[in-house]
Amino acid sequence: MGMTIVEKILAKNSGSQSIVPGDIVDARVDVVMLHDIGTPGIQRPLKGLGLDGPSPDVECVIIPDHFVPAPHVQAADNLKLTREFSKRVKNGAYYEIGRGGVCHQVMCERGHVKPGQIIVAPDSHATTYGALGALGTGFGVTDVAIALGTGNLWFLVPPTTKIILNGNLKDGVSAKDVILYLLSKFGEERFIYSAIELEGEIIEAMDMEGRMCIANLAYELGVKACLIKPDATTETYLRSAGVREFSAVMPDADAQYESVIELDLSDLEPMVAAPHSPSNGQSVSDAAGVKIQQAFLGSCTNGRIGDLRKAAAILKGRKVHPDVRLIVTPASQAIYAQALEEGLISTFIEAGALVTNSGCGVCLGGHLGVIAAGETCISTSNRNFKGRMGSFEAFIYLASPETVAASAVAGVIADPRDYRRNS
Amino acid sequence: MSAAGRVFKFGKNIDTDSIFPGKYLVEFDPEKLAEHAMEGIDPSFHEKITRGDVIVAGPNFGCGSAREQAATTLKLAGVSAIVADSFARAFYRNAINNALPVIAIAGISNEVSEGDLMEVDIEHGIVSDITKKLTWKTKPAPRFVMEIINSGGAISYYREKIEARSESRIVETKE
Repeated sequence: MGMTIVEKILAKNSGSQSIVPGDIVDARVDVVMLHDIGTPGIQRPLKGLGLDGPSPDVECVIIPDHFVPAPHVQAADNLKLTREFSKRVKNGAYYEIGRGGVCHQVMCERGHVKPGQIIVAPDSHATTYGALGALGTGFGVTDVAIALGTGNLWFLVPPTTKIILNGNLKDGVSAKDVILYLLSKFGEERFIYSAIELEGEIIEAMDMEGRMCIANLAYELGVKACLIKPDATTETYLRSAGVREFSAVMPDADAQYESVIELDLSDLEPMVAAPHSPSNGQSVSDAAGVKIQQAFLGSCTNGRIGDLRKAAAILKGRKVHPDVRLIVTPASQAIYAQALEEGLISTFIEAGALVTNSGCGVCLGGHLGVIAAGETCISTSNRNFKGRMGSFEAFIYLASPETVAASAVAGVIADPRDYRRNS
Repeated sequence: MSAAGRVFKFGKNIDTDSIFPGKYLVEFDPEKLAEHAMEGIDPSFHEKITRGDVIVAGPNFGCGSAREQAATTLKLAGVSAIVADSFARAFYRNAINNALPVIAIAGISNEVSEGDLMEVDIEHGIVSDITKKLTWKTKPAPRFVMEIINSGGAISYYREKIEARSESRIVETKE
């Protein structure tokens, strides 16, 4: 019987001929990603397991990003521990502050993600790796310690739903709008413990950055993994990331899907997710006019070079509204450097934005720009739960880079199509 | 393996930012984790709860971040079991790994009230609201899951397996 991508990856890494949803398999883990929360977090479970450190069979990539640079002594202690632990890693890499960036972006752009791999991380947005055809998913520190220490982990084989996205996206509509639409359509529960495979004209035409944005935010659909089968776009991206060899895992022609959903998104409008759920989507026109005090452009969802370019195109020659702070966080140092070279950083600064180092601080409400009670923030990040970016009495709208840039100028939520220029 | 206590009720899509806010992610000391349990919804939750009490919630409990502290904080605060219409995937694993029994019964949150006395038997998949004299039966937990819970969590379960493996290696070397 044919298998889906996730089933084939789990079968390959567990040495099984054929597996079906509901099976529990003990599978080999190819890569473990750790950050400055996960690395301190796994110490207690690793000791509890009686293990000294990482298994040499697993590639271990350590990327501090959550509290960087350290905003307080407790974070500094965690970063010190993370740095010291990295020296015990024989098979892997460590990206010091200033040389990496947001973990999921660094993992992809530095070639640590290859199609067909199983990648375990103490971070839910590891689903991003599905954009490159890898099974990436987030776990708690206990599971991560087991994976890192033993090289294996148990997996419940999920059922797979295939979602086919047809049509052409209108100008001003991008990957973020697609995933916010899918979230509003399917909610946060329908795909709990499922995998989804995305395909169709819209995915085929989409660049890797857009695919990563969708696979990243797909976690909020409840999925275990969001897979996109590798194609020429994938191969080009992998080559530029320095990956020389890989073998793509493709779904069988007779793969068994729990369901197949086909949608045409040609009429899709720019979307926002209103407080306090990523699935609380509405078209931007319905939210237009809501006053904002902060706008955030960044995160593992939308801090990539294409995102910065789209926002800069709107901000060029304009000013951020006097009552708004616009915070821009490139997702990696490489992206920061590229943005500098292209003059995008100057555009942001001239518009009155604050550009920060790459990291997760703003998105997770840790530091670099938490919001106060009663304030409203429009953000390109992935979560708008109460308290996510600061006060539990604050309001967060999720939107595309274009919509965030337009809103920052307007001082209220605004349709980016009103800010395009004739070029 | 069964748990019994008074019910604390929560709604749908209770996310891990509400259960354990992101600003505390730097914290790993078990003593301090429990103080922040459910802080985003009820900052006094850890004072109100009596050891053994049960959480009943709507669909998708524990959605959002995969942070294990969300499960650990509830366990340390004294929660003996969580019954919800459904659970987010990462939270479900984290709870099992911390030997915190979790059981999904669709629609249960509509029938149970705050303060009800509740019994939860994850091994046999039986949940009873003693106050309302209602009983639900669902699939028993998979044997593998029960082994982890009965070991006291994933760490002790895997430690036993790892030790058994290295002992068998020693035997092989002697031969």
